[in-house]
Amino acid sequence: MAGTGKAHLRDDQNVLLRVEDLVVEFPIGRTGLKVNAVSGISFDVLKGETLGIVGESGCGKSTTGRAIMQLPSPTSGSIMFDGTELTSLSGEAMREARTKIQMIFQDPISSLNPRRNVRDIVLEPLSIWNRGTKAEQLATVDKILEHVGIDPQRAAESKPHQFSGGQCQRISIARSLVLNPQMIICDEPVSALDVSVQAQVVNLLEDLKKEFELTLVFIAHDLAVVKNISDRIAVMYLGKICEVSSSDDLYRNPAHPYTEVLLSSIPVPDPTVAVKKVSVDGEPPSPVSPPAGCRFNPRCPNASDRCRSEEPTLREIEPGHFVACHHPLTGGEAPVTVRSN
Amino acid sequence: MSTTSVTPAPEDTIVRKKLGFGFWLCVTWIGLMAFIAIFAPVLPLKSPTANFLDSARGRPPYAPSWSHWFGTDKDARDVFSRSMYGARISLTVGFTAITAGFLIGGSLGVISGYYKGWIDRVSSFGFIVLLSFPSLVLAILLTSLIDRNLLTVSLVLGLLSIAPVGRLARAATLQYADREFVLAARQIGATNRRIIIKEILPNVAIPMSSLALLGMAVAVVAEGGLAFLGFSVQKGITWGGLIQLGSDASKTLQDSPWIAFFPILMLFLTVLSLNFAGDRLRTFFDVKETTL
Amino acid sequence: MNQSEMVRSEHEPLVETIDVKTHFKTPRGIARAVDGVSIQIRRGQSLGVVGESGSGKTVLSRSIMGLLPRNGVIREGSVRYQGQEIGNRSDKEMQSIWGREMAMIFQDPMTSLNPVMKVGKQISESLRKNLGMSATEALAVAEKLLHDVRIPEPARRLNQYPHELSGGMRQRVMIAIAMACGPNMLFADEPTTALDVTVQAQILELLSEQKRERNMSLLLVTHNLGVVAGYTDEIAVMYGGKVVEKAPTKTLFANTKMPYTEALLSSIPRLDQPSHSRLSTIPGRPPDIVHPPKGCRFAPRCAYVRDLCLNEEPELQQADSPDHTYRCFFPVGSPEYLERRVELTRKGELVASEGSN
Ligand SMILES: Nc1ncnc2c1ncn2[C@@H]1O[C@H](COP(=O)(O)OP(=O)(O)OP(=O)(O)O)[C@@H](O)[C@H]1O
Ligand SMILES: Nc1ncnc2c1ncn2[C@@H]1O[C@H](COP(=O)(O)OP(=O)(O)OP(=O)(O)O)[C@@H](O)[C@H]1O
Ligand code: SF4
Ligand code: SF4
Ligand SMILES: [Mg+2]
Ligand SMILES: [Mg+2]
Repeated sequence: MAGTGKAHLRDDQNVLLRVEDLVVEFPIGRTGLKVNAVSGISFDVLKGETLGIVGESGCGKSTTGRAIMQLPSPTSGSIMFDGTELTSLSGEAMREARTKIQMIFQDPISSLNPRRNVRDIVLEPLSIWNRGTKAEQLATVDKILEHVGIDPQRAAESKPHQFSGGQCQRISIARSLVLNPQMIICDEPVSALDVSVQAQVVNLLEDLKKEFELTLVFIAHDLAVVKNISDRIAVMYLGKICEVSSSDDLYRNPAHPYTEVLLSSIPVPDPTVAVKKVSVDGEPPSPVSPPAGCRFNPRCPNASDRCRSEEPTLREIEPGHFVACHHPLTGGEAPVTVRSN
Repeated sequence: MSTTSVTPAPEDTIVRKKLGFGFWLCVTWIGLMAFIAIFAPVLPLKSPTANFLDSARGRPPYAPSWSHWFGTDKDARDVFSRSMYGARISLTVGFTAITAGFLIGGSLGVISGYYKGWIDRVSSFGFIVLLSFPSLVLAILLTSLIDRNLLTVSLVLGLLSIAPVGRLARAATLQYADREFVLAARQIGATNRRIIIKEILPNVAIPMSSLALLGMAVAVVAEGGLAFLGFSVQKGITWGGLIQLGSDASKTLQDSPWIAFFPILMLFLTVLSLNFAGDRLRTFFDVKETTL
Repeated sequence: MNQSEMVRSEHEPLVETIDVKTHFKTPRGIARAVDGVSIQIRRGQSLGVVGESGSGKTVLSRSIMGLLPRNGVIREGSVRYQGQEIGNRSDKEMQSIWGREMAMIFQDPMTSLNPVMKVGKQISESLRKNLGMSATEALAVAEKLLHDVRIPEPARRLNQYPHELSGGMRQRVMIAIAMACGPNMLFADEPTTALDVTVQAQILELLSEQKRERNMSLLLVTHNLGVVAGYTDEIAVMYGGKVVEKAPTKTLFANTKMPYTEALLSSIPRLDQPSHSRLSTIPGRPPDIVHPPKGCRFAPRCAYVRDLCLNEEPELQQADSPDHTYRCFFPVGSPEYLERRVELTRKGELVASEGSN
């Protein structure tokens, strides 16, 4: 399948998660049409690494994150986690495997049951899996609550609505940590928070990552936040990956026209910097009938005829920097591929 | 909610909401009625079936007096004690009906809202079918076909409550089933059963519990209606039956209004209390999910 | 309008508040959501109101619009629109001002659009009510408005329901509704918080375009100083219901006075920092507005706090440049500030103390 490519996958002992040709489609009622939420993407994450996934709303970031957890399971593709193929696991085995990967969601308030008390919410994973005695469970919970900066005493007496958004997000993080997972998928964990609280949560994640030896997948639409926390970034557009690179490199040398748009959309907190106007017009096209060729072509300033017919493949333009574009901003034109048949 | 309006909650925000005096008054009334319903035979009440003919007062019905607080009907039976005994069947029918309706309708609703898919389509269709019958007609139809005892009448009324209860339960479940906390529970390995019991039910049960009280009020009224039309429990005293006796001929209602009035008053106060208490309960348990 | 009137109206504020207080009665006591705020907005000018969640930004803009709940509110101070007092007007009297003179884009696009009414109808309704247009006329204008806010295929959108639109489109519909009657003054309450960065950039661009073209005044509410930097003429920073610093945008960034503004500014992740650089945060949480701290409200979280701050509340100070005011005893650049800064840097606490919560 063109337009995707796997040039960027690494052949490393240390790969914890390796996703190949992931496709997720949602049928629309009984119309026979489908939403192409994710259309054949591949990526890998090394142990201890943080992979950032950025892209506009609706480009399939959350769907990718959820597909890794098999919630719901993808239409096709392979997901190898720590040597296990997740897509082939049975219900019960998957239920167990999920405990090694945890997810944190965007809306800190709706991800906590409003009627349960906070300590109980954090305890739930342990009580599902019967880890240790009740006293041991409570001790673990309290320790982790302390860790994320929530007073266990208060947690024992309070419901989620008695905490602020940032605190609710900390509680979610605590819940995801109690089972000692290897990897945490953070789906826009800070998008709903104040800038000042956002910084606290990002710092907390960085600290916990070191302490608990975690691997992170960090999803967001704000490249500035993602850049800060990630080692490597994958830029998504309409169900495809368009650029993969180390985070500093991506900012210094964006190669894909869409990456450049994303970068220039970030408001610069400095009034003397004239607002750059690389912003594109319009919305991304509908994922029900994505455009042929490069999916970005209707909005791309560099689009050529080739872009409208041939889908670009990820290729390496610099060591560790991959782009799927025929006419990237750096790294030269894509070589013309001659079809063998 | 999609924005940042997450106002930090100050440490000491726990301010107890109050149910209020009205609520407790209603609960007391309902409690009293339930007590009477259960213990009527051992309470020092006059026999509800005995005739208290009093030659000095001529032909019954007798108006309320010291010896018969609510008067007597035209067979000289004591209206007060009959109204008390009436609570027995009326409340039992109401309670059984709504319990049956909740057990069946509630679980159907929660299950179809949670699992969606074909289960949902089938049960939703069932609800619509049930709802599209005029309920009184359906009730009369069913009760005229069967042996009308306490259980069957209750079950018929219970059947009628399945659809509205089920639909509410389904709607409430749908509202929560896609919330991220359900997803979060699933990813920590909770089974569907556990999710339904621990995550969905607590959220659905509270709005439903107030509906239970309101539903019981409806069932009590419906039983009254059936009894009034002569389609309720054949043997025994119910409020509806008493009201019907008290108003069977326009003369009766005009000349001796107390025969119907007191059962109506009891029915009215009970239904009012159920409604009021249910309503208060709903607002009381309305947890805030965010602080503004 | 003759020449001199013209000149006057250019310089007189379009909207002015003088010591506005909006307090709510709550079970815990009086919540001082807005506590003595004076601001002016001139014609064609944009004012950014910035502050953390709960600092009173929404309540302030609603107080000016006269859109407060009817019960349990104590309000004081004066709100003037074109020189006239509107703070004490009833809802009925405000009807003539809402929509045509002042309009508001609400914080949450999903809850502020009617889910069961088609987009076209929601836009045309205010046109018909306020400008007395016929139904067909209003729909035609609605289509043009949707086009103006750059919604693709405007004609088709008129017949869609809000849930059929994406978040960005919904927010643009809200803008179209607010713009429908050509208001002189637009309040935009976090118009982009729910949106992703690309749409955010489009919407901010759209708003400033409208401002330029129609000489409209704009009050832009947000928690992110970065968002307002490029789009406002002046910024007011709110903390605990008070404006703690106010200055023309460039001055505010170049010559920040309040330690709070500085802290808010430095918590924004920047693209030019290398990845994994520690973000600075503001420790603690915003003040309880029912029992605000004695003295400076920022004192419990301020790295430059001294005894004076804990006991006395700083008055509004005038900075060197005109129009620049702040509330702080030891502003950025003052000897005490510099002294503390040296101390903190020496102890290596500057980052650490800001970094921990
Ligand atoms: N359950 C579903 N049924 C149908 N379509 C869906 C479903 N979930 C997601 N989609 C669609 O799939 C596409 C990708 O959605 P996804 O939520 O993954 O986007 P996202 O990148 O996470 O966006 P956001 O930044 O808004 O969260 C969207 O067009 C969305 O409408
Ligand atoms: N009707 C009300 N009753 C009581 N308190 C209120 C009411 N409305 C607002 N408040 C309080 O006033 C304070 C200021 O609220 P406001 O909504 O203005 O904050 P904000 O700065 O807009 O925050 P955000 O960024 O979260 O929108 C908050 O503490 C809030 O709880
Ligand atoms: S230049 Fe062509 S291939 Fe590259 S992003 Fe634009 S449309 Fe796509
Ligand atoms: S007055 Fe004191 S506590 Fe308040 S901001 Fe200034 S230095 Fe900090
Ligand atoms: Mg998402
Ligand atoms: Mg607000």
